[in-house]
Amino acid sequence: MALYVVQRLAAVLGVIVLTSVLVFLATHALPASIAEVMLGQYATPETVAALEEKLGLTRPLLTQYWEWAGGALRGDLGRSLVMEVPIAPVLWTALGRSAVLGAAGLLIVAALGIAFGVVAAVRRGRIVDHLASGFTMVGLSVPEFFWGLLLILLFGSYLRLLPTSGYGTLQQGAGAYVAHLVLPVLTLTIGLLAHVARLTRSSMLEVLDTGYVKAARARGLPEWAVVLRHALRNALLPTITVLAQDVGFLIGGIVAVETIFAYPGIGRLLVYALERHDLPLMEAVILVLTAVQCLANLVADLLYAVLNPQIRYGRAIA
Amino acid sequence: MAAPSPDPATTARLLPPLRVVVAFCVLALMVVGALGAHWLAPYPFDEMHIVDRLHGPSFAYLAGTDEYGRDVLSRTLHGGRLSLFLGFAATAIGLAVGVPLGLLAGYRRGLTDELLMRALDVVMSFPALLLVLLIIAVTPPGLAKAAAAVGILFVPPVARVTRSVTLDLMTHEFIVAARARGERLSYILWRELLPNTWPAIVVEGSLRVAFAILVGAVLSFLGFGVQPPAADWGLMINNARDFVEAAPWMALAPGLAMSLTVITVSILGDGMREYLDLKLGGRR
Repeated sequence: MALYVVQRLAAVLGVIVLTSVLVFLATHALPASIAEVMLGQYATPETVAALEEKLGLTRPLLTQYWEWAGGALRGDLGRSLVMEVPIAPVLWTALGRSAVLGAAGLLIVAALGIAFGVVAAVRRGRIVDHLASGFTMVGLSVPEFFWGLLLILLFGSYLRLLPTSGYGTLQQGAGAYVAHLVLPVLTLTIGLLAHVARLTRSSMLEVLDTGYVKAARARGLPEWAVVLRHALRNALLPTITVLAQDVGFLIGGIVAVETIFAYPGIGRLLVYALERHDLPLMEAVILVLTAVQCLANLVADLLYAVLNPQIRYGRAIA
Repeated sequence: MAAPSPDPATTARLLPPLRVVVAFCVLALMVVGALGAHWLAPYPFDEMHIVDRLHGPSFAYLAGTDEYGRDVLSRTLHGGRLSLFLGFAATAIGLAVGVPLGLLAGYRRGLTDELLMRALDVVMSFPALLLVLLIIAVTPPGLAKAAAAVGILFVPPVARVTRSVTLDLMTHEFIVAARARGERLSYILWRELLPNTWPAIVVEGSLRVAFAILVGAVLSFLGFGVQPPAADWGLMINNARDFVEAAPWMALAPGLAMSLTVITVSILGDGMREYLDLKLGGRR
């Protein structure tokens, strides 16, 4: 197990270092200089040269990377060009707000998605199953921002129940805080829920067909015990991997959802940086978000190993 | 004597399921609408009728008008072109790069395979949307650029599917025979392996088209894809966000069109997979 953990950790670190190189190269080593993109229509050789000088882009590439990556390791993510403040505090605040969205979404998705999947599998071919697969198809096919708009229309404009944009600080009271979270979390949940429910259903169906489940039934165990104790435990393995993969979708979803609900999290911060060509901010956000995804994958791998002894003792599955 | 009536089970096997037929018809209609938008749309997509701005659905404007009095239906029809172009172009790019990589990795195995697959793992460990945004952010925006960025995203999954099918094919006699004949690498890859991997690639490709349309819509929704005044579904929905109380219909037609396109493409892809599984006798 220890060896496995070390292997996975090394792989994650490798990916993060590679990511930093990729992000850095994408913004520094392209044929069209970033200064040109930032200046847009006003790019002349003089303005480009002046901006490159100001951003320190004229120094050797390796020096630039070393400074940037070294700073990032010490927690210094540089200064934002537009906000003209150190990036780190702004970014961590935004990440914290997004983490609340993401964690709430993921929890709901895990609980409801698994429940829907189990019910659909147990009632295979019945109305519940058909309803669930119809919902899955729609959930997977309609983009988050359209759901978001429909929810805004329903809860904001017609029912006037919930705020449709912004962020409620805790000083404004727990009510305002939660109310601002409801619609964004709901929007994030819909697509992922379909994903998890679909996967749980298919892995449950597979497990329900195995010998040990039949044996458990033959021993006269009550149906709920067969489903929950014997089948579900094993059916959950692939679901856990998918939940970790969903963190990647969640990050993408968070960008769209925070934009539509004007929620000041890290997704909105990324769009802000991209729109204003704030190079250091852009790099910092992408680096941090990729690290988050890598860590999620790591947690999933370790959880998987804890739940499945075959992986603990066997060869690590790449 | 009456001819024996065909076995219902056999007929069911030959005919595609109803939902696939319906999906095909709907998708065909949407494609015709998108390609023929120039002739079918009641108005040019950028013609403004300032007097009729934010007008609800009526006989003159079946899906209402936007804040400049542009006809939402005409814009939705035109927008289909951009979405479909992006869907197919991105998938084509993903296939053009991913399939050869997958064939090579599956055929050569060993070090080539290991190196290629690890490199693709790195690309896949990026959150998908971030990779696309990164590519677009550092270059000027445009439809072709968006298609290329999404296409790159598709290379790893396409290569993986192709590789796994190729690995399966490698044990078959016709490959062993080709190698024994001393055929060149390119011959074995293109003439022997490729034709046999097509079924899996077609299914994978069709699901990719749906995904590309979604990613493209998110991009233009965020303002990094197609630029105004072009009529694009994502862009139209983004625009509608500001008028959601005054003119909710502005988002309805593009949103429905996009959802319908993605749903029908997914149903067709799933249907194709089931049909091919049946034909291959569940070999895969």
